[in-house]
Amino acid sequence: MRKEFRRWKSRVMVALLVVATVLAVAPLVLILGTLIVKGAGSIDLGFFTRLPVPAGESGGGVAHAIVGTLLIVGAGCLIGLPIGIGAGIFAAEWPGSIVAKTTRFIADVLNGTPSIVVGVFAWTWIVARQKHFSGLAGSAALAVIMIPMVMRTTEEMVKLVPHSLREAALALGYSRWRTSLGIVVRTCLPGIVTGSLLAVARVAGETAPLLFTALGSQYMSRDLQQPMAALPLVVFTYASGPYDDWHRLAWATALVLIIVVFVLSLAARIATRRRFDAPR
Amino acid sequence: MTVPTAPSASTPAAALQGAAAGDRIFRALLTLAALAIPVLLGFLVYELVQGSELAIQRYGFRFLTTSTWDPVTDEFGALPLIFGTLLSSFLALLIAVPLSLGVAIFITEFAPSAIRRPIAFIVELLAAIPSVVYGLWGIFVLIPFLRTTVFTFLKGTFGFLPFFQGPVYGQSMLAAGIILAIMVMPYIMSVTREVLAVVPASQREAAMALGATRWEAAWTAVVPYARSGIVGAVILGLGRALGETMAVTMLIGNRHEIAASLFAPGYTMAAAIANEFSEASTDMHLAALSYVALVLFGVTVIVNALARVLIWRVSKGRQSGGAGL
Repeated sequence: MRKEFRRWKSRVMVALLVVATVLAVAPLVLILGTLIVKGAGSIDLGFFTRLPVPAGESGGGVAHAIVGTLLIVGAGCLIGLPIGIGAGIFAAEWPGSIVAKTTRFIADVLNGTPSIVVGVFAWTWIVARQKHFSGLAGSAALAVIMIPMVMRTTEEMVKLVPHSLREAALALGYSRWRTSLGIVVRTCLPGIVTGSLLAVARVAGETAPLLFTALGSQYMSRDLQQPMAALPLVVFTYASGPYDDWHRLAWATALVLIIVVFVLSLAARIATRRRFDAPR
Repeated sequence: MTVPTAPSASTPAAALQGAAAGDRIFRALLTLAALAIPVLLGFLVYELVQGSELAIQRYGFRFLTTSTWDPVTDEFGALPLIFGTLLSSFLALLIAVPLSLGVAIFITEFAPSAIRRPIAFIVELLAAIPSVVYGLWGIFVLIPFLRTTVFTFLKGTFGFLPFFQGPVYGQSMLAAGIILAIMVMPYIMSVTREVLAVVPASQREAAMALGATRWEAAWTAVVPYARSGIVGAVILGLGRALGETMAVTMLIGNRHEIAASLFAPGYTMAAAIANEFSEASTDMHLAALSYVALVLFGVTVIVNALARVLIWRVSKGRQSGGAGL
């Protein structure tokens, strides 16, 4: 009797777990489904090549935001990736040093920092001093978000390289720096690329740090010293606006944004899986 | 000192010297990159303190306990923002914790191995969706759905409770809590899955050998072993929820008010900064918003540090073979 009850209870609990899993998977399916249903219809060539039209009129595209996102994220990578990767290699090559320990801890702190706070930081650091909004300030904010992420993934990847490889190179008379760059980093390069791609995927969708740095713009701007549009900013502006046509564009832009983010994340995952999962 | 870029010198001694110089430069460059991170953090804190100095001098800690927020009369208090941030994050955890625990236990203990990876992958993809896309979906899909079904149900059934009274606008504390729950779930789920995965099989086997059902083995032998790691995962999720900006800004209704009803609009620290910063006209308004950013930064640092320590204790326990708390 008691045993029956316990068996029954076990079955009910497992059923509840299945329900929880279905509930957890549902949002992704629902969100992707709505994005495709509401966004796909509005994506045509003009969407990618045209500029926005005045509010209230229909038509127009997001060419300015595509260029803006590419430039802002690109400049962010130029600032953030070298520092992040360099710091990561340092922390893996000299793991016990005080600098490595401090940096590792502080990178974790920065990783948990809300992106809006980074936005305020970039505003006081660059916008307030220059007295105007600029794409460059947005890039700086994105770089601050990327650096700790890239550092931690790079460090993990470098640590995966077997010690014997390093020792072999040193025994053959390679100097420290050639061993590090030519042997160790080269071995785990796919891993470092993965970490960098994930960081790019993450910041490409960031809106909060751009709100009062890059600010957004209705015009095509290729000058990083000027306010600039970006895809996430377009989604935000158009979603909060009153016009149906804006909402239509917001859905389409969100779909494009999510495709970019997913493609980057998937590419990153496939690169690592081939490299590190296969031998096991 | 001249530095050859490659050790191409003719004598071994010169080659060694060149290598040593190369090593020094290599190390110096990397040290610089590594030091950039602490410098950046120091600079960030300095700029935030500098930016909020006006408000700190005028209000001090009183800023955190007063609730007037009026840019017109230049009077600022952050209590409604702090309240809204805590309440929305609490609601998010209330929904997300049981769900993500359920998924994590299901994946590690019960799911057929063929579907383990796909489920984990799908849930973790949720973490890759940009916040602003959640906001967009929340405005046009989630809120209309909640208004016609969940909110009316709650009001009809539990309307006698103060939490479920008053007019239903749609944009509300509860809507923000629900979207936050979806957003933090992947973080809690994936860390919980990792700490459950390192629980030794002997825990499970011992319980089953004593006659436990599969559920009892999971719940009484596996989960308690990983308890502090799970708590760490939940706190990590809390850290995410506290600082989440765009989706909350779009769904919470943005009103500086402390309301008992979850159907009423509210505000969070992050949302207030996002909405008001670029429109702030007075220095005091800017300083007050910077002060809010500083407080938010401080809170997330503490929460995240706590989570790391707890998760770290589990992974350390695994190495020494000790119990997980």
